[in-house]
Amino acid sequence: MGVEGIGARVARKEDKRFLMGQGRYTDDMSVPGMRYAAFVRSPHAHAKIKSIDTSAAEDMPGVVAVLNGKQMLDDGIGNLICGWMIHSKDGSPMKMGAWRPIAHETVRYVGDAVAVVVADTLGEARDAAEAVVVDYDVLPAVTSAVKALEAGQPQLHPEAPGNLIYDWQIGDADATDAAIAAAAHVTEMTIVNNRLAPNPMEPRAALGIYDSAEDHYTCYTTSQNPHVARLVMSAFYNVAPENKLRVIAPDVGGGFGSKIFIYPEEIVCLWASKRSGVPVKWTSDRTEAFLTDAHGRDHVSTVKMAFDANNRITALKVDTIANFGAYMSLFSSSVPTYLYATLLSGQYNIPAIHANVRAVYTNTATVDAYRGAGRPEATYLVERTVETAARELGVSPAELRRSNFIRSFPHQTPVIMNYDAGDYEASLEAAMKAADWNGFPARKAEAANRGMKRGIGMSCYIEACGIAPSAAVGSLGAGVGLWESAEVRVNAVGTIEVLTGSHSHGQGHETTFAQLVAERFGVPIDSVSIVHGDTDKVQMGMGTYGSRSGAVGMSAIVKALDKVEAKAKKIAAHLMEADESDIVIENGALKVAGTDKTVPWFQMALAAYTAHNLPAGMEPGLKEGAFYDPANFTFPAGCYIAEVEVDPETGKTKIIQFVAADDFGNIINPMIVEGQVHGGIAQGIGQAMLEGVHYDPETGQLLTASYMDYTMPRADDLPSFNVSHQNTPCPNNPLGIKGCGEAGAIGSPPALINAITDAIGNNDLSMPATPQKVWAAARAAAN
Amino acid sequence: MYATNYHRASSIADAVTLQSSSDEAKYVSGGMTLIPTMKQRLAAPSDLVDLRHVGELKGISVNGSRVRIGAGTTHAEVATSAELKAACPAICHLASHIGDPHVRHMGTIGGSIANNDPAADYPSAMLALGATIVTNAREILADDFFTGLFETALEDGEIVVAVTFDAPAKAGYAKFPNPASRYAMTGVFVAKASDGSARVAVTGAGSDGVFRHAGLEQALSANWSADATAGVDVDASNLLSDIHGSADYRANLVKVMAKRAVAAA
Repeated sequence: MGVEGIGARVARKEDKRFLMGQGRYTDDMSVPGMRYAAFVRSPHAHAKIKSIDTSAAEDMPGVVAVLNGKQMLDDGIGNLICGWMIHSKDGSPMKMGAWRPIAHETVRYVGDAVAVVVADTLGEARDAAEAVVVDYDVLPAVTSAVKALEAGQPQLHPEAPGNLIYDWQIGDADATDAAIAAAAHVTEMTIVNNRLAPNPMEPRAALGIYDSAEDHYTCYTTSQNPHVARLVMSAFYNVAPENKLRVIAPDVGGGFGSKIFIYPEEIVCLWASKRSGVPVKWTSDRTEAFLTDAHGRDHVSTVKMAFDANNRITALKVDTIANFGAYMSLFSSSVPTYLYATLLSGQYNIPAIHANVRAVYTNTATVDAYRGAGRPEATYLVERTVETAARELGVSPAELRRSNFIRSFPHQTPVIMNYDAGDYEASLEAAMKAADWNGFPARKAEAANRGMKRGIGMSCYIEACGIAPSAAVGSLGAGVGLWESAEVRVNAVGTIEVLTGSHSHGQGHETTFAQLVAERFGVPIDSVSIVHGDTDKVQMGMGTYGSRSGAVGMSAIVKALDKVEAKAKKIAAHLMEADESDIVIENGALKVAGTDKTVPWFQMALAAYTAHNLPAGMEPGLKEGAFYDPANFTFPAGCYIAEVEVDPETGKTKIIQFVAADDFGNIINPMIVEGQVHGGIAQGIGQAMLEGVHYDPETGQLLTASYMDYTMPRADDLPSFNVSHQNTPCPNNPLGIKGCGEAGAIGSPPALINAITDAIGNNDLSMPATPQKVWAAARAAAN
Repeated sequence: MYATNYHRASSIADAVTLQSSSDEAKYVSGGMTLIPTMKQRLAAPSDLVDLRHVGELKGISVNGSRVRIGAGTTHAEVATSAELKAACPAICHLASHIGDPHVRHMGTIGGSIANNDPAADYPSAMLALGATIVTNAREILADDFFTGLFETALEDGEIVVAVTFDAPAKAGYAKFPNPASRYAMTGVFVAKASDGSARVAVTGAGSDGVFRHAGLEQALSANWSADATAGVDVDASNLLSDIHGSADYRANLVKVMAKRAVAAA
């Protein structure tokens, strides 16, 4: 490792512009003639649109156009789709209702777009949007997925009778039932995974620019995967063919999954630009974000975990109802199936698993992937259940986990996944040591003397990153492949541009990807630039989500670097009249091993482009591309321990310590990895103790539509984190990387709830564990 | 935000004239509630009359036991006033926990009590201290001033000029913040007058806004100690219930915060 190579704590190159306010986000983009869009949104959770009167709005100052969904339909703009096909257990395909970018017949959640105003200023657009008169026939609404499945409830889509999208299963039901019937002990629970709003710092935005001279569209947008946006908008939404559509995702201020999906607004901005003849920009305000960004989680599950007389887990049976909201978002169907039920084995050797999952329409915002996407739900269910079982069985929670750990790899679970590597014991031991687990009873007693209730809880999580190989996910229903592309361009002066299909929106790719090149060629990272986020620059890519940029995106870069290195060595060998196999690259130079012959990197690059003296038959230039399709998922894992103190008088919970012991495989930049873990844990603390989306169950109004009511984690809600790594390299990619982006959000909620329930002596506690809930549960336990 | 006309008043008289010139004019002091409400298009005053530059509204004075705080005094000025810390440290403590530093340097005591947000901190202090609200027209006892949610005894165009109160023998304030907004989910201000009588006012919890609690006042008048709150019954039936806290939970918080306020006094 050099000072800038793999494993170095290099300060983030991108931070200078971010910290100086010089980032360039979609809302910073301005083009001549640009106008502003404001959406007219449904105030009702469910209603028929009887009429839309835009006449008053059209006469308002500055108004360029007032457009509706019928016009969009007439112009041939397609429905929004879900791109992962799931079949129900009876073999029928999932039942997808129509999602129009602008509703013209029925609105199905508060915030559904019904018209858009384009005006000279944002204020004028908003004024005119208020002047659009929509006559609604209000219908009954349902917001709970459990309730939406009951008879007599409002029906959202004619395509999905009973609001049921699919009824899917995985695993062996008979073997699972038999094992439960024969068990020495069965732990049963009902587990609710609370609905979350993603809240990236930068809200969604889009700028649509139609160029009539070229019949060409440009879309600046807040996307985690601009190429997928272009593909979907071309292939399904009929906005424009791919060669006539450029999508640019410039600096993007956080996504957490919510910016994977293609939303109505970017489609509308492009269409409205052509229709009205002006570039059209829309930027979500925060309440619009709460209303219309795809939410996360929202599962209700029942679980049975069976044990034999030796406390070995013999079976796990899960029944889950997943709330999808009013429409099927782009990857919604995959989240509670292949990203959730396939992880239900956790870190444990479980011979029989069966899961049934029903996906349900409700009159709420869409629900899709949010940091962790299915894996937090699986981890919370498994780790709450194991902890509860330990309490019921009267054994140490660490011991119960330890005695059920998977210890030999590869390990085939009963739910598709083949774990390739791991050492769960190592993380457990490291976490317990760091937390001084054995000293807890003394700390609990000391807290009790102060009238405080102290608790400790752990969580041993596993997750799956780098979703792939493409053929496998294709066979499971994915509409896209999940490879990644890279192109490495060595310029004539030796500086290097790396074009990647990954997209950085907080992950620090400009630094870590450059470290990879610095390690390989010994060049300074400042001579390496990372190019991403523009479909005119990078040919194709699958974007960043699912902790895939390291394991998949960097692996593609490695493949391209391999090719560059091979050609560079050929050139150097020719220049130095040496054998290619004797060439080594060190400190920015190509050398003949064992001699003092050397060619500086830049001189080799120049030779490639002057082409005055290249090996016979070699093409000039030095630019190589690669596509990388992984052989398997990667499986990060770890052990998290939370220690809390509850004030029984108020229910206020203070996190005393939070220990994370993770196995992410090999690490490129430990500082960035630790930052990812810190952020993930902060979001996990948010889910466990603070955040929850609430709709009024009768009216479907969003009650948590601002930070006055939606509790985002703040600095004083968080402790300092104790983070360490016990890494086993991933055997399935060239860098041995597993991925680290989501682990914190996946592993932390059960550790926290296990700790709080331990403190108050009442296991009946749901997330978010707010002061009032903790107070009530503590009081119930005391009485 | 809708378009509005901004006016900077130079005196109380000037402010009244400016305000009376339009049916839809509003005074703005710190603007910590009004401006965000306007930005959300939930308020649309035609004219804003800015009171921040009116010298008559500024300043803190303590004459003997009588305390006077100008309506235009910011929370930060109250929090850090040496005179107030000597006379009534509880109100400094209260002010130091309103909002965040930005809010405390913009928001004013007059704006807060004139707005009478049911979760604001100051109304509980005014009630418990038995304060007098001085306006440009008259003096109003705090007991008569706070009339309901965002409702006060102020007439249209009337301006709060100052608040005055006798420095208490002892006083304390304890707040349990709403986890999301950090406003008071329940805040209790306790004050013991020089004659030994206790006044207890609760903010954040009442379904009709800030209120005095007779049971706690009796208990603390009889025995000014944190333990004295233990036997008091707090009726949940007139308390707020929302996603953050049920009425029962708030009833519990009233007792716990009262106990902690006395302990801090």
